[in-house]
Amino acid sequence: MVELRFDEAKCEQCEGVNCLVRCKHLNLDVDTAREEMRKIINGQHSFVLDRCVTCYACEEYCPFGNHPFYLIVERQEQEGMLLAPRAITNQWINLCEPVGRYSVGKIQERALSLCYIPAFTDLVGGKLFEDVAASFFIGPEFFCNVVYLHFARASVIRERLPKVVENIAALGMKEVIFLHDECYGSFKSLAPAYGIPVPFKVTHYFEYLYDRLKQLSGQLKPLNMKVAYQRPCSSRLIPETDHYVDDIFSLLGVERVNRTYDRQNALCCSAIVRLNMGPEGRDMANDNQSKNIEDMLQAGVEHCVFNCPYCYMALSEKVAAKGVKPIHMIELCRLALGEEPAKGVMGYGRYQ
Amino acid sequence: MADISSALTEIVGKGYVSQQAQERYFYSQDPGLMQPHEPDYVVLPASADEVQRVVKLANEQKIPVVPRGGGLSLTGLAIPQRGGILVDMRRMDRILEVNERARYAVVEGGTSEGRIIAYLERHHPTLRHSIPDAPPQATLVGNAAIHGQGRLAQQYGFTSDMVTGLEVVLPTGELCKIGSCSMSPYWFSKGPPLPDMSGLFLGWIGTSGIITKIGFKLYPRKKLRDVETFVTDLPDLIPDIVFKLTHLEMVEDINIWFQPLPLMFKGNHHMDIYLTGDTDEELEFKRRMVWNALSEYIEAKDGGFMWLMPDVKPTFMEMPQKSIARFADVRKGGGFQYAGPIILVEKYPDCARKTEELGSKYKLGYSVMARMIGRGHCMMFGFAFTFNRANSDEMDRVRKALDEAIEFSLEHGGLPWKPTVDEQRAAMDMMDPNTLKLFGKLRKALDPNGIMNPGNWEVS
Amino acid sequence: MAEDYTKQIHRCFNCGYCKFDSTYSEFNCPSYVRFRFDTYSTSGRLWLINAWLRGEVQWDEHLGEILYTCVTCRNCAEQCIMRFSNDLVDWIIAARRDMMEKEQGKIPQRVGSFLEEIYRIGNPLKARMPRGEWADGVPGYSKGAEYLLYVGCLGSFDGKAREMAKSIATLLGLAGVSFGVLGDDEGCCGNEVRTLGEQTLFELLANNNIQQFRELGVRKVIAISPHSYHAMKNLYPALGADFEVLHYTQLLEQLVRDGQLKTRDTQAKVAYHDPCYLGRYNGIYDTPRQVLRGVPGLELVEMPRERQDAFCCGGGSGNFAMDLLEGSRDSPNRVRVREAYESGAAVLAVACPSCLTMLTSAVESEGLDDKLVVSDIGQILKQALVT
Repeated sequence: MVELRFDEAKCEQCEGVNCLVRCKHLNLDVDTAREEMRKIINGQHSFVLDRCVTCYACEEYCPFGNHPFYLIVERQEQEGMLLAPRAITNQWINLCEPVGRYSVGKIQERALSLCYIPAFTDLVGGKLFEDVAASFFIGPEFFCNVVYLHFARASVIRERLPKVVENIAALGMKEVIFLHDECYGSFKSLAPAYGIPVPFKVTHYFEYLYDRLKQLSGQLKPLNMKVAYQRPCSSRLIPETDHYVDDIFSLLGVERVNRTYDRQNALCCSAIVRLNMGPEGRDMANDNQSKNIEDMLQAGVEHCVFNCPYCYMALSEKVAAKGVKPIHMIELCRLALGEEPAKGVMGYGRYQ
Repeated sequence: MADISSALTEIVGKGYVSQQAQERYFYSQDPGLMQPHEPDYVVLPASADEVQRVVKLANEQKIPVVPRGGGLSLTGLAIPQRGGILVDMRRMDRILEVNERARYAVVEGGTSEGRIIAYLERHHPTLRHSIPDAPPQATLVGNAAIHGQGRLAQQYGFTSDMVTGLEVVLPTGELCKIGSCSMSPYWFSKGPPLPDMSGLFLGWIGTSGIITKIGFKLYPRKKLRDVETFVTDLPDLIPDIVFKLTHLEMVEDINIWFQPLPLMFKGNHHMDIYLTGDTDEELEFKRRMVWNALSEYIEAKDGGFMWLMPDVKPTFMEMPQKSIARFADVRKGGGFQYAGPIILVEKYPDCARKTEELGSKYKLGYSVMARMIGRGHCMMFGFAFTFNRANSDEMDRVRKALDEAIEFSLEHGGLPWKPTVDEQRAAMDMMDPNTLKLFGKLRKALDPNGIMNPGNWEVS
Repeated sequence: MAEDYTKQIHRCFNCGYCKFDSTYSEFNCPSYVRFRFDTYSTSGRLWLINAWLRGEVQWDEHLGEILYTCVTCRNCAEQCIMRFSNDLVDWIIAARRDMMEKEQGKIPQRVGSFLEEIYRIGNPLKARMPRGEWADGVPGYSKGAEYLLYVGCLGSFDGKAREMAKSIATLLGLAGVSFGVLGDDEGCCGNEVRTLGEQTLFELLANNNIQQFRELGVRKVIAISPHSYHAMKNLYPALGADFEVLHYTQLLEQLVRDGQLKTRDTQAKVAYHDPCYLGRYNGIYDTPRQVLRGVPGLELVEMPRERQDAFCCGGGSGNFAMDLLEGSRDSPNRVRVREAYESGAAVLAVACPSCLTMLTSAVESEGLDDKLVVSDIGQILKQALVT
């Protein structure tokens, strides 16, 4: 089985211990942070393991590209910790167990991963995807499995991810466009961290959208919108993709408002927090969500642009109730192309 | 026989009597697994007067009469065991009155649940009734005649508990009013403060007369409704959890389900806890109370609330919940049936394990669906099995599994709900002899010719 | 799909969702509403077909009547909650086809004569006049014309439907559309024949039309009947057709939008009745309403059952001619005109010649002659035209 490649040497020379010091949920000074990190590295118990809300932020805060978050998850599992209740943990593990219920389109050189998220099928239509929509795959067999980081179950990832890479590669494409940060992150961040070779080109859909929009630039009508962007936790595994949000917005004539909870300071959608913890977790989730939405309202936006489908599902109805229309990034692009919005679960058509 | 047919035509009009093979075939069965038996005639009366005349004719001719609503009991309660006249009540489907302030409604005996749902939605949006999860063609009278349960069963009990009056054609043909309507223009009470005779008809599955009108309670309909699903892998905790939830007196419906497929549901018991409120604050307060009540289980990691994403949530919110009927086709077979004893909530763990055991013993697709009745006074525990209508061997295995399930529940102090003819016999065998004797006397007094849905509840 | 209906049909649970509209306010299956025995609902039919396949019920005239009173309106397919919902009507049609082969000659007399008339004289209406008689003054189709206006059997022979065809032709002429009709050379579209289970005759009719259109170089067809529209658009391609098909309301909507047809103020309260083959079969609900909304002063009211929930006129699957559901206050066309009248409308707008004839006759049966006028969208537009 594959193992996490964590480089302790990098931590030894680290002065700031950014991973834990900057954590919004811990509030630690440098000395405590260093002490706790040392315990984690040495396999001793640290309260950090108990208090981690699995927001991925430490992975982004590490200036050396080391993997503090993956290590935390490994240690949590080694201690037999349950983050979510047992029933919920098992539910999620069973949900994505590959049992042959997948679907594969007409695979070409370039293919589209719909992960195991049927709501994507509504979104990938129109001119943006006309060349690639038929070349898709979807199902637990291709599921990126990153989500188990939230459940202290890195073992599931270690066990399933190599097989997923194999399944995708066997379809015979050269390049895969991933529609979800978690998927992209699993092949760009997790797989290398665990030494799993990825034999196809991994493209983030932001990059694809950006290129495609440039090709279609003649047909774009500027949207002249001020929007809030909901940056997902999984973006912290791949911070190098975040600039595309700005690039795409500028093509669409959309302004990403400056607000408190964006970029490195983004606030988690809190779906997992609500799932994993008792009444306090629920209060924390409610609190995070209210702060986030209040921040959007203060910034005076009419739309909140989502990237991650789970952020969308956790927040869309709540932002809509406050008068901010939720819209997925793909729908935003389609809107600028004058296309009919989708009507499905993540469709903008629901909020028009 | 031609005489009877023309007499029936005389009563209900041409086009509303059939003795054709096709109608006799169709009305000989229901979607469940009971042995079919054909009626000799199927009639569709349009009024209580027509029903009376049909019943009088049946008395003269000494032939059975079997009333039928949606025909959805699955346990064959409207299968004419001895032939005779099957009375499909659904042409009598007018909504006669809604008294908004006194919160009751009166409808004709063949009115479907669907029509009542739509009518209240359109004309009385602040009122609701207890909607069962049976398909909407089920009739309210049918539901009351089997002591059914709906969405308000946890708060207010069986559908029959909610009845506020009846108009009944007695087995001897007289038209009789039961409850306040027997002496007052208002249909607000099925009995009290008078001697309550509604018990002679409610739950008697058409063996004591044909209900041609029914009054029933309506309840406040809050503007908002939501569901939280609590999940645990420890069935032994469930009676305690139900006790804690019902103690709150804040929860609408509580349904528990347990099924092996799809895989994500495997091994877990899911409790759908419905909440209502007129404002977000009210709803949020109730949610918080529910979470707090169950926090010890969450902290012990023994249970938690699952995430109902927007794509699945509508399924949980539907009334009636279509997924119940969809269970028939999970294996593309078009059939399912359940044994649904009314039993103590403390028996949940045993019953759940028994369902699993029967599923694996008989190699069947199974599902548990339990609905709380009252503040944990009891529950309907459904041992449900799906079958393929084209596979007679599988259908036999389901019959065996259901027989065992009922035997098990009776051993555990449960009562058979909407019992099959065999289950009725088993129940009567267990009944106190004096109770049974009283039952027999009442039946004889009400139906001297033994024409009403004979074969059912026959006290020998 | 239809071929293996015998392996699927037992999957109906008989839950009965198919009988309702989406709100459950009314029974919405035309034949169930008319006859009220469960056997006349979709689940009743499926159970009986299954019983026939298993030898538990024999074929006789009554079974034939039960089967052929399905007007193929697809309400059941819309409301059925099972995964096979989309196939329900195809199963019934497949069973009719099967029975026609296995139980030769035992189909109900009216069905037999419907099919026989088409065989013998090319239309089911027993009309002996020349097919093109209605088209006096309407241009014949000549090579190079942009559109072929296909009017179908009702449009050619039925009194009211002929007026409808004529109005549409007039509008196209006034708007300067390049079009023509086939007149005496037009053939039946075959849609009803297909739904009655005569697949071979359907294919013969369809192939004749396809070949004729091809020879004439027809690229675009305007169908006045949604039934023809459906057959030509969705079923002919499998037989080799490659022409474009429009329903006439789609073209009218374009012409109004482009200002080629201008209307004047017309005070009228109009309810629109969605035809099954335009609505439930093809998802076209807004276009006809757009045309009506384009008439200034015209007030569009909705009946309680509209769009996906529209209650069928009862004319589908040949019943505009056979009318197996006639003879009662509960006949669907009569139920529907009462609903229209109760909605406060003075005009009941239709977009299908079959609905036109069914609902017109129901207005008479209901004694609503002075209170409700049934009129097709073409006629309404024509009357409102600025000339």
